[in-house]
Amino acid sequence: MDRTILHIDMNNFYASMECMLDPSLRGKPVAVCGRTEERHGIVLAKNYEAKAYGVKTGDVNWEARQKCPDLVMVPPHYEEYIKYSKLARQIYADYSDQVEPFGMDEVWLDASGTSRLFGTGEQLADEIRERVKFELGLTVSVGVSFNKVFAKLGSDLKKPDATTVVPPESWRDIVWPLPVEDMLGVGRSTKKVMERYNIKTIGDLANTDPNILAYRLKSRAWQLVAFANGNDHSVVLHKDYVVPAKSVGHGITTLQDLETDQEVWNVMLELVQEVNRKLVEYKKKAGGVAIYIRDNELYTKQWQHKLELPIQAALSLAREAFTLFKRSYTWRHPIRSVTVSAIALSEESDPVQRTLFADNDRDEKLAKLDQTICWIRERFGKDAVRSASLLCDLKMDTNRVELQMPSGLTTMG
Amino acid sequence: MKWEKQYVTVKLRHDKDGNIRPISVTLVEAGEEQTFEIDRLKQRCRAASTRVGGTGIRYTVMINGKETYLFHEFFENEGRWFMEMPVC
Ligand SMILES: [Mg+2]
Repeated sequence: MDRTILHIDMNNFYASMECMLDPSLRGKPVAVCGRTEERHGIVLAKNYEAKAYGVKTGDVNWEARQKCPDLVMVPPHYEEYIKYSKLARQIYADYSDQVEPFGMDEVWLDASGTSRLFGTGEQLADEIRERVKFELGLTVSVGVSFNKVFAKLGSDLKKPDATTVVPPESWRDIVWPLPVEDMLGVGRSTKKVMERYNIKTIGDLANTDPNILAYRLKSRAWQLVAFANGNDHSVVLHKDYVVPAKSVGHGITTLQDLETDQEVWNVMLELVQEVNRKLVEYKKKAGGVAIYIRDNELYTKQWQHKLELPIQAALSLAREAFTLFKRSYTWRHPIRSVTVSAIALSEESDPVQRTLFADNDRDEKLAKLDQTICWIRERFGKDAVRSASLLCDLKMDTNRVELQMPSGLTTMG
Repeated sequence: MKWEKQYVTVKLRHDKDGNIRPISVTLVEAGEEQTFEIDRLKQRCRAASTRVGGTGIRYTVMINGKETYLFHEFFENEGRWFMEMPVC
């Protein structure tokens, strides 16, 4: 039997939230921007009115202002976004316990077998749209189909405040003419690969031999060709399922450009405190480190490397990250932002193969020391314990909250 | 008509079944604090305020023979109460 899956997408979520909360903004071009007084302020979201002026997500603030002199720029209110995201999910949960978030403003909902209660998928979608509008003052677009990939495609077809059905009888007519990059899983780099093989539409992809694409896309070739043929059997996760973290990272855009190794080391040392705090919280060890460096030309590079033994220790993480940095970065430009991530996570309690010559006892002592530091910082504030080398000007605002967006991407395999 | 959100003080009655019911509201009108009895509670539902923005549990109440909305911004077990006030 075919499943009934809804993909519900809140329209221009951040910008709609601001207009909903402040009715005086309605009808005006509005952009939600990163803090304007700081130089890295960019447009995070815009409403349809601003879009009409060509304002794009990612535009630097002054650039957006140039395109649209009357643009109303407002700072983001993340607490409110999270609150409304939760309220919306409470509405969805009235209809199914399989509600899987995809970012803050999208979910899949499995409504299979609920037709006697709530009507067809389309009727349910319309009811949810009306409720979100009435109860939260926001609009959503809903796609209804028999798998997650097509449901998501559907919610993109008509916006705002609309329901689009991609039915099992006639999905080919709707899906196959669409550009291939509209399909979930086809990002910018995959699209480039597709271009090389003259695959322009989802229909083109559906009729391509995956063996040909496998040379570049590896196993994803079969998955993507299957998706294009309507073969996506991935389940909509239960609403209480927590996706296990695959990596934990912390990054910052510094207040001034970094110009020396010493400055990068200081920033890394500060960042790993937070990375390690998360490792402690999740009871994980890092099997590798990754660094992301963005220079002042806004060019980003990333490197990663594997550790000999999984660790949970701030200082060791910092050393690994810094070694990787020294080995990889050539200082062609000053640095604007640095991110350190712990990757290849394993359970804290997993047994570890010890090596004969490494000083395992010392590692364990360091780990205990870090746990204690985490505890002190949590209890008495971040300034209670701090590395002596960080008492100088760090060029960063250490109290800044960086919001981690929930992501459901990892569940797509 | 322009509207403004005004947070108000509300007197509540919690009955033995755990239901709550607003009894009176205290608000500032023309610079003066005034308390109004709620004559009747007509409806209760979650709704967005289209006039001043935001959402809450919306109580449709009668005050001095006039129907008006009283919102409880109830979220994660707490929240303030507000009313939509016309501004001239
Ligand atoms: Mg959206």
